[in-house]
Amino acid sequence: MTFDMSQFLATFYEESFEGLDIMETELLALDVGEADLETINTIFRAAHSIKGGSGTFGLDDVANFTHVMETLLDEMREGTRDVTQNAVNILLESVDVLREMLSTLQAEQELDNERIATVKKQLDDLLAGEPGEETISENPASNSSATAEVVTEPETKTQASGWVIDFKPHVDMLQTGNDPVRMIRELSVLGDITVTPDMSLLPDFLLMEPENSCLAWIITLEGDIDKSAIEEVFDWVEDECDLTISPMAATGNANQKEQIVEAEIISEIKDPEPSVTQEKIVTPAPVAETAPKPAEKASVKTEATAKKAKPKASSESSSIRVSIDKVDELINMVGELVITQSMLSQLGEDEEFGESQIEKLKNGLMQLERNTREMQENVMRIRMLPISFVFQRFPRLVHDLSGKLDKKIELKLSGESTELDKTVMEKIGDPLVHLVRNSLDHGIETPDVRLAAGKSETGEIHLNAYHEGGNIVIEITDDGAGLNLDKILTKAKSSGLVSENENLSEEDIADLIFRPGFSTADVVSDVSGRGVGMDVVRRNIRALGGTVDVKTTTGQGSVFTIRLPLTLAILDGQSVVVGDEVYIVPLVAIIESIQVDSNLINGITGQAEVYRLRDEYIPIVKLCDVFNVKPLNENMEDGLLVVVEAEGKKVALLVDDLLGQQQVVIKSLETNFKSIEGISGATILGDGTVALILDVSGLITISKKNAGGVKKTTTSVAA
Amino acid sequence: MATADQNLTANDAAKKNLQSEQNIIGSAELDENTRQFLTFILAGEEYGVDILRVQEIKGWDAVTQVPNTPEYVRGVINLRGTIVPIIDLRIRFDMEQLEYGPTTVVIVLKVMSDDDSSRIMGIVVDGVSDVYNMKKDEIKPAPDFGDGVDSSFVNGLATVEDKMVIILDIDFMLNSAELAKVHKISDEE
Repeated sequence: MTFDMSQFLATFYEESFEGLDIMETELLALDVGEADLETINTIFRAAHSIKGGSGTFGLDDVANFTHVMETLLDEMREGTRDVTQNAVNILLESVDVLREMLSTLQAEQELDNERIATVKKQLDDLLAGEPGEETISENPASNSSATAEVVTEPETKTQASGWVIDFKPHVDMLQTGNDPVRMIRELSVLGDITVTPDMSLLPDFLLMEPENSCLAWIITLEGDIDKSAIEEVFDWVEDECDLTISPMAATGNANQKEQIVEAEIISEIKDPEPSVTQEKIVTPAPVAETAPKPAEKASVKTEATAKKAKPKASSESSSIRVSIDKVDELINMVGELVITQSMLSQLGEDEEFGESQIEKLKNGLMQLERNTREMQENVMRIRMLPISFVFQRFPRLVHDLSGKLDKKIELKLSGESTELDKTVMEKIGDPLVHLVRNSLDHGIETPDVRLAAGKSETGEIHLNAYHEGGNIVIEITDDGAGLNLDKILTKAKSSGLVSENENLSEEDIADLIFRPGFSTADVVSDVSGRGVGMDVVRRNIRALGGTVDVKTTTGQGSVFTIRLPLTLAILDGQSVVVGDEVYIVPLVAIIESIQVDSNLINGITGQAEVYRLRDEYIPIVKLCDVFNVKPLNENMEDGLLVVVEAEGKKVALLVDDLLGQQQVVIKSLETNFKSIEGISGATILGDGTVALILDVSGLITISKKNAGGVKKTTTSVAA
Repeated sequence: MATADQNLTANDAAKKNLQSEQNIIGSAELDENTRQFLTFILAGEEYGVDILRVQEIKGWDAVTQVPNTPEYVRGVINLRGTIVPIIDLRIRFDMEQLEYGPTTVVIVLKVMSDDDSSRIMGIVVDGVSDVYNMKKDEIKPAPDFGDGVDSSFVNGLATVEDKMVIILDIDFMLNSAELAKVHKISDEE
C-alpha cells in the first residue's frame, strides 16, 4: 500500500482542466428553459470526476466545492429544478473558481478563500432558495440523498460525536473491483470503529457464489469526524451500494446497545487466533486485518502529504495527447523501416557485389528514403493538434462579452479539426482572443444600430480555419460595421503616422490599424481600445513566422486573415553558396532568383548599390561582405541575386551559387551559443555539417545599418 | 535538486566514457576534498579543467563559420544533432596561432551560466595531457600579475610532479556575456 499518489496528481490536474473545459462548453450549449438531459449528464459526469479525483488526492476544498455544484446539477438532471439563466451563470462562474482553485493548488499557492466562499454562497443560496428544495429534504432511498444532506445540514458536521453508517453493497459490487474490506479499513483510520456484519442475506453455503457480496454492515464510527471524510471513502461505490450515514445521536439508544454487542464481536475478531464461532468464514479474516492497521495507515497518509510538496516541477512539463491511430501508424512505419534496414544489410553481406546488387541497393535506398520521409511527416503529426483546442475558449468569451456590451452575437466555428503544431497553437491563442474581442467591440454594432442599418439584430462572428499549401489560415469574419477608413486616415494623419498629402490605397489605410499606438475607438472600454493591441497581435504572429491582414467593406464587416506556418521545427529552404559556406534562405521569403546583369547595377553616392528589377530599385546586400566571407566570384556578374522580401521590404542578396531546395530541421544557435544578427538558426545538412539559416528581416536591418558603412567594408576587402 | 542529480549522472557517464575509451584515469581513491582535473597543453603550458565538466574529447574537424563573432570563435559543429560552438583557446589567450595537427583536439565542456542553465561548448587545444587528482588545499590562488596580464580566467595554480598546472574557470571564460563583451570591444577597435 505504500504507493506514491503524487505521480497521478499531474494526470488528475490535466484531466480536471479538461473536465472543466467540457463543463464550460456544455454549459454554454445548455438551452435555458428546456435543457437537454444528455448535456446535463455530461456536465454532471465531469463535475463528478473532479469531485472524486480531488477527494482521492485529499484536495478537500475542491471536493467540497464541486460537491455543491454536483448537487445542483443532480437536481437539474432529475428534473426537479429548472435550468435558469441565473443558474447557468453561477455554474459558469463556479467553473472559473474551480479552475482557479486547481491552478493555485497546482502551483502550491494559497487559495483565494474569499472568492471561493462568495461563489459557494451563491450556489448554496441557489440550492436553498428556489423550487426544487423538496428533494433536498431527507429521502433515504435515493443515492443522491447522501450528497444532498451535507448541504442542508452542515451544522451536524461538527456536532456529531460519531456516525452510524449503514452500508449495504449491491450483489455485484465485488465484480467492479471494489472491496468493502478496504473501505472499512479506510474508515478505521478516521476514528474508533465498530463493525457489525449483517449476514441475513447470506445464502446457504452450497449456493454461495464467491464473487457476490452478500454481506451488509452497520458501522459505528466514534470521534469528531467530518462527514465528507466518510463519504470520500465510499466515493467510488456510491452507485453500487445502499448507503446511509447518520449522526450517532440521531439514531438514538438502540444503536448504543448494539454497539456493546458489536464491541464484543470485534474484540473476538481482533484475537490473533480467531475463534470463529457463529461468524461465517467470509468475514472474520478480512475484518481482523483492520485492527492493527491504523498506525501504519496513518503513516502512509502523512507520507503522502509530505510528498505533495515535491511534484511541482513535473507538473510544469507539458504533455500531449496523441490519438492511438497516429501512434499505430508510426509503429507500422518503424516496422517497414526495419524491413528496409534488414534488406540493405543483407545486401551488404553479399560476397560479390555485381551490377544486380547495385540495382537492388538503389531500390533499397529509394525505399529507405520513402520510409524516412513518411516517418518524418508522421512524427511531425504527433505534435499537431486540432485547432478546436484554441477555438473552444471563444464561445465563453463571446457569451460573456456580448452580455457586457449589450450586443447580440452568434459565434460560428468551422474547420475546428484543422491541425497545427502545439507550439504554434499555444502562441496563437492570445492574438486570436484579441482579434475576436476587437470584432466584438468595434466590429459588431449594438442591436438598434444593426436594425437601423437593415441588418438582423444578431451579429455574427465566424471563426474559420483551413490548410492552404504549407500554411494554416485562420479567418475571423464579422458582419459588423467594418473599419471606418476615413476615421483611421484622419487619426493617422493627426497623430503623424501618415503625412498630410500621402496617397494611400484602401488596403494601406486598413493596414494602419496594425501600427503601434493606434486606436480609433471613441470610448476606451475595458474590452479594447487602449491603442495597444493590434500591433502586438501583428508582432506575435510575425514572431511565429506568420502574417495577419485585414479586408474590410464599410457597413458589411471585416475579415482578419492570419496565415501561419504549420510547424516551427521544419522549414523549406533554398541552399545558397557564399565562398566556402552554405547558407539556407527560407523559401517563403524568396521572390525570385536572377542572374546579375551589370548594366542594371547602380551605385548610390558610391556607398550602396541598387539593382533595377523591372520598374523597381532594390538594394543589393552582398552576403560575402555582411558575413565577412571570401567570395568565390571576383565579379558580381558571375554571382546570382536572390530577391527576398520581409516586412514589405525587398532586398537582393548576392550569392555565389544556388544549390537545391530542401526541408531543413531548425536547430537553435542560442542553446549553446548566442543569437547572431542576420542568422535565425542552424541546421544540419545531409553530410553532417552545419549550415546557418538566414534571418531575412535581420539582414535587411543590417543592410540598412551598413548603408553608410558599406564603403568601409568594401575598401577593407579590397585591401 | 533533481537537476543537480541529473547533472551528476551525466557527468558520471562522461567520466566513465573517458575511463574506458582513453584509459587515462588512475584508480586513485577520491574523497570530498579531492577533485580530478583533465589537463591539456597550450603552447607548452599545462592547463586543467574539472573533469566532471568534460563531456568528450574529439579530434579537430572542419567547422561552419559563424559571421560577426570574435575571431576565437572558430564556428559551430554538429555534435550528434546539437549545434556546439568551438572556441580556439590559443586565439582566446592571444597566443601565437598554430597550424592544427594530429594531436589538436577539441575538448567538449559543459559550461554553467549564472542562471543555472548549462551550455555545451568546445575548446581547441594543442593536445590532451593527463588526469590528476588534486586536493583542495593543493590549489593555490593565482598571484596578482599586475595590469598586463588578464588572470580573470584563472581559478588557481597547482603543482603536480614539479610542474605548474593552471586551473581554468571555464564558466567565466566561456560565459556568453563574456563572449559578448569581448565581441563589443573588438567591434570598437
